[in-house]
Amino acid sequence: MKIAVASGKGGTGKTTVALSLALAAEGDVRLLDCDVEEPNCHLFVRPEQEDVLPVNLRIPVVDEERCRLCGKCAEACEFGAMAAMPNRVLTFPELCHGCGACSFVCPAGAITETPEEIGEVRLSRTDGLRLVRGLLHVGQAQAPPVIREVMRHAGKRGTAIIDAPPGSSCSMVAATRQADFIFLVTELTPFGLHDLGLAIETIEPLGIPMGIIINRVPDGCDGDLGTDGRVPVMLRIPESRDIAETCARGGTLLDALPEMRPKFKELLRVAAGKEVSPC
Amino acid sequence: MKIAITAREARPDAEVDPRFGRAACFVIHDTETDASTIVDNTQSLNTAHGAGLQAAENVAKAGAKVVLTGHCGPKASDALAAAGVEVQEGHSGTVPDAIQAYLAGAAT
Repeated sequence: MKIAVASGKGGTGKTTVALSLALAAEGDVRLLDCDVEEPNCHLFVRPEQEDVLPVNLRIPVVDEERCRLCGKCAEACEFGAMAAMPNRVLTFPELCHGCGACSFVCPAGAITETPEEIGEVRLSRTDGLRLVRGLLHVGQAQAPPVIREVMRHAGKRGTAIIDAPPGSSCSMVAATRQADFIFLVTELTPFGLHDLGLAIETIEPLGIPMGIIINRVPDGCDGDLGTDGRVPVMLRIPESRDIAETCARGGTLLDALPEMRPKFKELLRVAAGKEVSPC
Repeated sequence: MKIAITAREARPDAEVDPRFGRAACFVIHDTETDASTIVDNTQSLNTAHGAGLQAAENVAKAGAKVVLTGHCGPKASDALAAAGVEVQEGHSGTVPDAIQAYLAGAAT
């Protein structure tokens, strides 16, 4: 079963929650860090050794001898990564999604797809927990291909906890679309709640069940979101200096508040109950 | 020689469109015959990605050797340079103003 942790707004506590779920889960557990622009689960898991697998995107290279300047490649490209000028075809690799449409439609066989390394997947195992983290190389713009490579290591059995990237665009969708359940972590700020709304709107069409976790709920506050309750609130994490200090030292939420472990086990149990049965 | 000027409307005396890729259309002015034709750019205008590149393709196909506009993005500039089209930025006012300014500059 795959459980994703997403948020909308960044910095609400996705990694804190993902780590807690991974540490509370039993059996074969994988933690997939899909925040490939800035993965941070490893700072808490502290793997000693990682296997590194390169992630390549297949970028078109035009053979000018063979090219008939018909322009079909540029017409086929959905991302404006090719320009068919009257005297030659130009490619813009930073816009390329590596879909291969250009070489598929080329009637002259003038386009070869050349792999370009855009990132890595790093695999490790620490105290029984498998960590898979993606890392987009500096200067690269396409996070989804790296995220999809991380997701290939989700495994069929056991529990996979996915730490999704912030936002509600392609990267977040790439990390959550295979999930059986998604926890959305928010904070009680206008920005946090606004982006929570965007994240819900994005996921709803995917038909994946969701639950909300409110982080940093101040003492004496009921943590009411004031929403229509379409997505249930499943956990409230208190605002606590102790948690912040523990995490800043590289500890986890469960180190700071061990009494929350049963609550995370309960979240896993509920999420498993809503698992979409394979067809 | 043909000059392409970005225009806000499909008229030879229209205002210069400050944007290259998302210009409403191009006025193609032939300096030898003094005749002007219009090239539509609606397709690039409505595209999500790569408007500048598509506009560059349109301009080069129309046979223009010079582009007069307000601003042209880096990718469109690269594409136009590859096709041997000169780009002159910073133009404003009407299309005839831009042509006059270019010819005056080109003469000196």
